[in-house]
Amino acid sequence: MLLQALAFYVFAFVVMASATMVVVSRNPVYSVLFLILAFFNAAALFILIGAEFIAMILIIVYVGAVAVLFLFVVMMLDINVTQLREGFLKYLPIGALIGLVLLAEILFGLGVLGSESTAMAGLGKAAPQVGAIDNTRAIGRVLYTQYFYLFQVSGVVLLVAMIGAIVLTLRSRPGVRRQRVAEQLYRPKDQTIEVVKVPTREGV
Amino acid sequence: MGADLIHFFTTNWLGQAIVILAQCLLVTVPLLLSVAYMTYADRKIWASIQLRRGPNVVGPFGLLQPMADGLKLVLKETIVPSSANAVLFILAPMITFITALIAWAVVPFDDGWVIADINVGILYLFAISSLGVYGIIIAGWASNSKYAFLGALRSAAQMVSYEVSIGFVLVTVLLCVGSLNLSKVVLAQSGGFWNWFWLPLLPMFVIFFVSALAETNRTPFDLPMSEAELVAGFHTEYSSMTFGLFFLGEYANMILLSALGAVLFLGGWMSPIPFAPFTWVPGVVWFALKIAFLLFVFSWTKGTLPRYRYDQLMRLGWKVFLPVSLGWVVLTAAVLQFGGWVPKS
Repeated sequence: MLLQALAFYVFAFVVMASATMVVVSRNPVYSVLFLILAFFNAAALFILIGAEFIAMILIIVYVGAVAVLFLFVVMMLDINVTQLREGFLKYLPIGALIGLVLLAEILFGLGVLGSESTAMAGLGKAAPQVGAIDNTRAIGRVLYTQYFYLFQVSGVVLLVAMIGAIVLTLRSRPGVRRQRVAEQLYRPKDQTIEVVKVPTREGV
Repeated sequence: MGADLIHFFTTNWLGQAIVILAQCLLVTVPLLLSVAYMTYADRKIWASIQLRRGPNVVGPFGLLQPMADGLKLVLKETIVPSSANAVLFILAPMITFITALIAWAVVPFDDGWVIADINVGILYLFAISSLGVYGIIIAGWASNSKYAFLGALRSAAQMVSYEVSIGFVLVTVLLCVGSLNLSKVVLAQSGGFWNWFWLPLLPMFVIFFVSALAETNRTPFDLPMSEAELVAGFHTEYSSMTFGLFFLGEYANMILLSALGAVLFLGGWMSPIPFAPFTWVPGVVWFALKIAFLLFVFSWTKGTLPRYRYDQLMRLGWKVFLPVSLGWVVLTAAVLQFGGWVPKS
């Protein structure tokens, strides 16, 4: 128990410290690397409360895919840090406001602010039964039954984002020569190979 | 006395720590030895393919060659380029090496021979193997060299692309097993080699193997370090043991993916023929033989195939493997559901 508490404080401290470093550090590449560290320690915290499935998904999705692409983009950008700092005071009120709204939402959701009724009423209703079965199965049981429509809707949201990204980047340029693999593969032998009898010292 | 010892090793925290440390060493030391001899086997196999002799000078049949190479790497000077980011430059090879090692914690070598028998074993392996890319991309950026950076970018794009199809391959196997625990994956394939998953899921086995080649940056997908274009790719600026760690990590990753292939498709520690003289052989021997077979195919491909072009590589990943594996997931799910073969849980 003592070891678990110690582990919790270590991981929680590293999450907070690296999250601060994400904002504070001057080099954007360091920011992304600290973000990855924060993700990792958050995953460790999930493991501590016995949510190993969510911990692994956090690492696979955020660390393994999203943060790689972040890093990919940030490394290629030529970011001028001093130029970024200039607008700091201008954007500070907006940033603080967004932070406050998010904090208030969490507090309302937990029922700390407002009455019990403002807290999400059905929160405990279909929560996965942890303990008797492993939590992958527990999540699967409620995700595809109780929350089926929400699950589908979140899929649609991602699809919209994907189509948006494609629309933004797709452009058809005239005069581009492309490899058409299917055409290449369907060519018969007599169209591709010509056997020539080359006379010696004369060439083709 | 004996009971005392057992009590010490199972309940005392110091005893447990010693046991865990011993287990880690039992996995790591043979793994590093296999990495060393994998380089030797690689060179011998390529030599045979090209009608050469390969290393044959140091020791009998050149068997001490890996030791000589390792010693040479350790004794050389570690050079950090003056314009490089020193901290990240040193950190990158460590990340590659460590991620290649920690994944072995969940690999079952025999029935019950596993350091951490966790319920999400496959997800853990998948998560760790997706981290390997960080060592490469950080190395490319920290080197502050255009060849290294281009190699790192290629590698990152390639690994992210092929992970998607590996993910779907894992999902099909999970559908057939009904558990994320690697030991249960092996137990679900009990019986002879005709019960292993390579037969019913043959297309997925092929996709898995090709994606594993791409994931470990091996020929025909070794564009991140293609010598003719990028010098040595992301590790152009590395020397001595920093390079050595990349090399070790790369080979350890190859062995890891072969082990994963053996667990998922070739029945792990199971004997291929399920009766007497074959079942007496310890499971770990069968497991090692299966890994060795897959590694041989790795070397064989490297010795035979030319390199892909980068756009062809991306096309293969996104336009061929992704739709095929996605379709196969749907097909497997449908067959299991309507054939009444959904695994009981």
